[in-house]
Amino acid sequence: MSPAPSARSAPAIWRRVLATIAGFVLVALVAGMGARAQTGQTGASTAQESFEIGLSTNRIGITSDFNGATLTVFGAIGNADMRILRQQRYDIVVALFGPRAPVVVREKERFFGIWLNRAQETIRDAPNTYSVASTRELRDITSAATLRRLQLGIDNLRIDGSTPTLGETEMTEADRTRFDKALRQIKTGDDLYVQAVGSVRYQAAESTLFRAELVLPPDLATGEHVVRAYLFREGAVVGQQRQILTVRKVGFQAQVDQFATRYAFLYGVFAVALAIVTGWLGRVIFKRD
Amino acid sequence: MGSRAKLRLVFLHLPIAEISVNIFVIIGMGAAVGFLSGLFGVGGGFLITPLLIFYNISPAIAVATGANQVIASSFSGALAHYKRRTIDLKLGTMLLIGGTGGSLIGVWLFGLLRTLGQLDLAVSLLYVVLLGTTGGLMLNESIRSLIASRRSGGAPASLRRPGTHNWVHGLPLKMRFPASRLYVSVIPVLALGFFIGILAAIMGVGGGFIMVPAMIYLLRVPTNVVIGTSLFQIMFTAAVTTVLQAWTNQTIDVVLAFLLMIGGVIGAQFGVSAGRKLRGDQLRALLAILVLAVGVRLGLELVVEPDALYSLASPTGEVE
Repeated sequence: MSPAPSARSAPAIWRRVLATIAGFVLVALVAGMGARAQTGQTGASTAQESFEIGLSTNRIGITSDFNGATLTVFGAIGNADMRILRQQRYDIVVALFGPRAPVVVREKERFFGIWLNRAQETIRDAPNTYSVASTRELRDITSAATLRRLQLGIDNLRIDGSTPTLGETEMTEADRTRFDKALRQIKTGDDLYVQAVGSVRYQAAESTLFRAELVLPPDLATGEHVVRAYLFREGAVVGQQRQILTVRKVGFQAQVDQFATRYAFLYGVFAVALAIVTGWLGRVIFKRD
Repeated sequence: MGSRAKLRLVFLHLPIAEISVNIFVIIGMGAAVGFLSGLFGVGGGFLITPLLIFYNISPAIAVATGANQVIASSFSGALAHYKRRTIDLKLGTMLLIGGTGGSLIGVWLFGLLRTLGQLDLAVSLLYVVLLGTTGGLMLNESIRSLIASRRSGGAPASLRRPGTHNWVHGLPLKMRFPASRLYVSVIPVLALGFFIGILAAIMGVGGGFIMVPAMIYLLRVPTNVVIGTSLFQIMFTAAVTTVLQAWTNQTIDVVLAFLLMIGGVIGAQFGVSAGRKLRGDQLRALLAILVLAVGVRLGLELVVEPDALYSLASPTGEVE
């Protein structure tokens, strides 16, 4: 968690607490039902775990005072094996993938004494933002191959637009282009790609309820963000969930943006008029002459 | 980023620039530049744009929004000069005709450079070359004039030497400009306007720092009408640029521009009263030093190895 709550007003805290409680109740109910349904199907002895998640919100509006936010993911493991739970061998990883789009990475080179953009490469499918939360260090949860397949961890993100194929040769660190590495580095440096170990917490020891806090940056991209959550049991995926988080500009922000793109010419005229009125008001108010 | 979350109210998320900025930093920037523009009678675009880029606003937005901000400060100034009748409207209109043509070409060039990925370089290079030369020339002139006035016992030396003609005065298509008591070819006037128009579009400046010396030294316009006329022309050129940028590149952030204007208008008031306490040649020397300093600072950035060799951009050329 970022140190954000220090400035939060009291009602906001209460809202959060209520949301948290409501989230847990909801998830527990859903999980309970799921678990019952499953026990009915498969019988108690070889019971499969059920895995449910819920988001604190499915919609985020970018307003004028938007300065980043926290997305809370609630979840529950249903029909958990108490022995494994006690040994803490259930692990949860929650990842938030921002909207994907092509990005051009440019490289500066010295040319006749001046540094200028020379080589460039288009990375075809890089998520704008990426945030992953886990109960433990990712490499302690499951194998490197699984992490790569599920794109868990900044280094395991697939950003070249290819789809995983069976038996493909493993991409190693050395195979990546310098542009690919630079993109990950820049995004990580700008806090747009975040990997937070231990940010998925169980409600209490031996509880099957958990929550994950994902920090959303102030420069959050608009569009559809995908939340993917995985439940691991001794390194194997036994449950997965997917949810959509929609981010869009709202209110004044959206109006200005729409005005600027739909009525571009009028918007320009308006900008000029605003400048003239401001300049004129300045004279009137201060009466310089 | 964690500490940024603490002061929630101070931050504003800009609708077009799409980043969160500190309101007071932006207003402060506007005020500081407004002070200087009130002091020296320039629009201040050449300071605003680099400052915005330094504050992580993408160069494309900084340049376009800078032009928008320039309108407010130059309108304010031009109004005062209009009341004092120190604007040569005919000369200003001719400059403006050239300027509009320049803006059209400039905005097109701006879009082209942006897709080529060389916009930042073009902006920086232009800044370095133009600020360096005008700053150098002005400093040289003002120091001579300071020395001359000290020798002659305090009377400031006149900039205009009547009777001295340069190559500009040999060109055809002569036109009379009564307010400036000038009889000169329209070719250099249109060319100067055209050139300033291109600069306004690519650099996000009104071009006052080029216009003022060019009018004094090249066209030999009397100093008392130079600033008013230049402000008049800059205001229109910046307005044309703003509309064109909004129309073709969608790079004007009205909220950002408005914050800068508020600061600028307030700062300018203090600048003007401070300016009254200084002599013309002293003012010119100070402006020259300021212009040179900005030029040198930007020049160093081009030559010194950058901290980050890689940068990200969207395929349309918009810098992220």
